[in-house]
Amino acid sequence: MAEKSSGNVEILKIQDIDLEVERRGAGPPLVLLDDEEGLTRESPVVDQLAKSFEVIIPSMPGFGRSSRPNWIETMDDIAYLMLDFLDQAGVEDATLVGFSLGGWLAAEIATKNVSRIARLALVDPYGIKVGGPWDRDIQDIWFLTKEEVQALKYADAKNGDIDYPAMPDEKLEIIARNRESFARFCWQPYMHNPKLKRRLHRISVPTLVIWGAADGVITTDYGKAYADEIPGARFEVIENGGHFPHLEQPEHFMEVLGGFLADAQKAA
Amino acid sequence: MDAWYFTEMPYPHLPPQDSYASDRVSLSNAVFDPEIGADLYNRYLDEYVIADDLGLNLMLNEHHQTPTCIDPAVPLTAAILARETAKGRILVLGNPVANRADPIRIAEEMAMVDCISRGRLDVGFVRGVPYELFASNTNPTQTMERLWDGIELILKAWTTRDGPFNYESPHWHKRSVNIWPRPYQQPHPPVWTTGSTNGPNIDRVAKRGFHFASFLQPHESVRVLFDRYRAAAPDGPEAATRRLGFMPLVAVGETEAEALERAEKLRWFLRSKAAPQFRNPPGYVSVDLNIRALKGQFAGRTAAIRQESTDYLIDKGVIMAGTPDQVVAQVERFYERTGGFGHLLAMLQAGFLDHQETVRNITLFAREVYPRIRHLAGAKGQAGATQTTRSGHP
Repeated sequence: MAEKSSGNVEILKIQDIDLEVERRGAGPPLVLLDDEEGLTRESPVVDQLAKSFEVIIPSMPGFGRSSRPNWIETMDDIAYLMLDFLDQAGVEDATLVGFSLGGWLAAEIATKNVSRIARLALVDPYGIKVGGPWDRDIQDIWFLTKEEVQALKYADAKNGDIDYPAMPDEKLEIIARNRESFARFCWQPYMHNPKLKRRLHRISVPTLVIWGAADGVITTDYGKAYADEIPGARFEVIENGGHFPHLEQPEHFMEVLGGFLADAQKAA
Repeated sequence: MDAWYFTEMPYPHLPPQDSYASDRVSLSNAVFDPEIGADLYNRYLDEYVIADDLGLNLMLNEHHQTPTCIDPAVPLTAAILARETAKGRILVLGNPVANRADPIRIAEEMAMVDCISRGRLDVGFVRGVPYELFASNTNPTQTMERLWDGIELILKAWTTRDGPFNYESPHWHKRSVNIWPRPYQQPHPPVWTTGSTNGPNIDRVAKRGFHFASFLQPHESVRVLFDRYRAAAPDGPEAATRRLGFMPLVAVGETEAEALERAEKLRWFLRSKAAPQFRNPPGYVSVDLNIRALKGQFAGRTAAIRQESTDYLIDKGVIMAGTPDQVVAQVERFYERTGGFGHLLAMLQAGFLDHQETVRNITLFAREVYPRIRHLAGAKGQAGATQTTRSGHP
């Protein structure tokens, strides 16, 4: 069923989908849902988590090396697919951590079934609409120039500089696929599932919502409103962190996440 | 060969181009003066009527949120021309099916115009340029499947006599389709589409017997597209060639100098600018092209050629400009270089080319050029220049 490709990355077959899954470290399972740009898995944060967890990183359909059949149309579809993956992987009492688009996915999963999930952390997730029809809750990243988007995403725009021409084609292919798939799932409704907000109350595991104070794509107010919909959720803000606070302020981020995981462990 | 008169109906009265980011999508409509707009609409429609009088067929299109084309509703202009003209064929190229909410509405609009015009309608279906996705909010990763899904639904609606029928696809849900009116032409009007480098798509178009058109591309590229179409057409290359169309900018003058001056004005159209993010929304082009984009080697399909000199563009066939003799020779050369085509979609008006000059350009083309290229690839539409004009223009 599973064929090893390279190192700790394998391609699993789930229904008709080739799902790329990376594993790092040893310990209790921590399922990490990467951001839409695939930046998190390459950050030091994952290596730190891998010191105390087995970090399991499944790539969403159309992201990384996972295939994307046409019938996968929404984050809702992907959430059910990931539940199939959790069943197949047989993880128990997992910690689920999602970043940005992965945070949205983590919230979707947790509203559906938490039988394999013991605690949840969402980092600047998209996924809900907070305001009314005339409110732009989430900045329109496809309407803006890449320079404008970078300035919104990062506390310090320079932190978002990436030298694409220097990258090998295999890497660029993943980036191009990631971007295409991001649009496939998030173009309309823009970056949210109209149903999700009314489902967040179903999340019944300890939850932490982390927000970068300098996130210009989705503001801290949005994050607070998100957390308010989840019963008992803790809300923490990372100063000088943007949409990816764990990339810009990794130490502060690990402190906040570590504190939550320790408390959740004690409570369990 | 059939010739078609085309203008994109521009609104050229704009602030300095370096004072704003993009002609497409985001230029404030505060710039649009309805008084000027009213004059332009009526003027452009008059020019279509003149072109019809002079024996040309008429092509229309639509775009959204842009001064390059202030026709955002091509069924409206097609309906007006169905009444205001009596002779020429009317080609809608095209209906942006992927970006329209309801293909059945398109089937109804086109059937109605076909009836009003007593069967003079040719109907194009297009995927739409990338900028359009921001106005329509169509998912850029699904434009091709929406286009084809919509085309099949429209054809079924036009040709079904034992309806109502149902259709439940990923994009459209219909439970009782039974359109009134049905088209005047039976079984339905000629169908056109456009395309670029997507080979399998060209094969599909050819196999379905649709007309295929290419706009403002150099002859080398057009040859590849046309040859692919001819190879895939079930009825052989000669019949296939009749269904191929090409659009250049066309400027005809009494003298070469006059024509080149006119061509310079037409080039306004090529100078319109679109912000980079509007040129290449994610998923509109293939992953391979987007790998090149990440390396800085690709900035959207239309960017590169437009900066070139007029001489260069004339050599490539993107612009055809000169005395009638020269333009005839340029059309013949393009015909040879591309293996032949049946329809010259002549963009004879653009930018600041004013009414008088546009009428002069149309007249010279219709009288001095069209009759001499008409023998190429046979013809089915209007027969070219006539001596009498309904509206009394020269």
